[in-house]
Amino acid sequence: MTAIVNIFLKNGVLDPQGKAIHHALDAMNFEGVEDVRMGKQIVLKLTSDNKEDAMKEVEKMAEEILANTVIEDYSIELV
Amino acid sequence: MKHVAILQFPGTNCDLDTQYAFEKLSCTTDIIWHKETALPKNTDLVIVPGGFSYGDYLRSGAIAQFSPIMKAVIEYANKGGKVLGICNGFQVLTEVGLLPGALKRNIGLHFISKFQTLKVVNNTNDFLAKCSNNEVLNIPIAHADGNYYIDENGFKELEENEQILLRYSDEKGEPVVINGSVTSIAGVCNKTKNVFGLMPHPERALENILGSNDGVKMLEGLIA
Repeated sequence: MTAIVNIFLKNGVLDPQGKAIHHALDAMNFEGVEDVRMGKQIVLKLTSDNKEDAMKEVEKMAEEILANTVIEDYSIELV
Repeated sequence: MKHVAILQFPGTNCDLDTQYAFEKLSCTTDIIWHKETALPKNTDLVIVPGGFSYGDYLRSGAIAQFSPIMKAVIEYANKGGKVLGICNGFQVLTEVGLLPGALKRNIGLHFISKFQTLKVVNNTNDFLAKCSNNEVLNIPIAHADGNYYIDENGFKELEENEQILLRYSDEKGEPVVINGSVTSIAGVCNKTKNVFGLMPHPERALENILGSNDGVKMLEGLIA
């Protein structure tokens, strides 16, 4: 099983990298972009084939190290 | 004579400067490799120095917080022992939860390396005891992730408990925006005022011939 963890700065926490990308897109005349947020994706290949256990374990990983929950939110997808 | 334990992670690069600083201030020192599980018994002060622990991978300071020595540092701090985190060390101490808040990418995305004036906000702690409130110090900064973030409630607590140590300022002490930090905060301490963190590098400001010796009185406060 593979776990995909997406990590983004929380809404309301200014994202300087997203802002810089937005500026670049504007400068390149790409229109219609309202906001840009930049995050990271961590892909974990797991040995477990039990979805519930895997979810619990990856949530723990996200809380303890993968995300800094003071400034970041995360979402987990199992595939 | 005070004994200072200076941590060293893979990627730490201010360990020797910090050792030089405390030996100049007549302390004995040990450099402690991160795989160690205990601090020297005679430790009076722990320094988490600057650098790029684990190449800043994942987030600055995120991986270092789980190095074996950090358990001993947390225990030491919880017993009231004095701990100072400088730059990457500040990031490690916020990641591990010994200091409130977090450090994000600078607002302009640049790595900023220069002398910077700082205003002393609260001297009711050991670190700044030898400085006066509102005094302006000149200390080098060198960081890409120094944008200090804390939520509103956390900020109120910092203010009420006099935990804000320093703000980036101009020469008159007026706050200036350097990296996007909440209210230009450059350093904070914990509630019990024994754990300190700042982005600027006092260990690089020891001699006037090199630009400033304002770092001396900061470090001296911790070993008084």
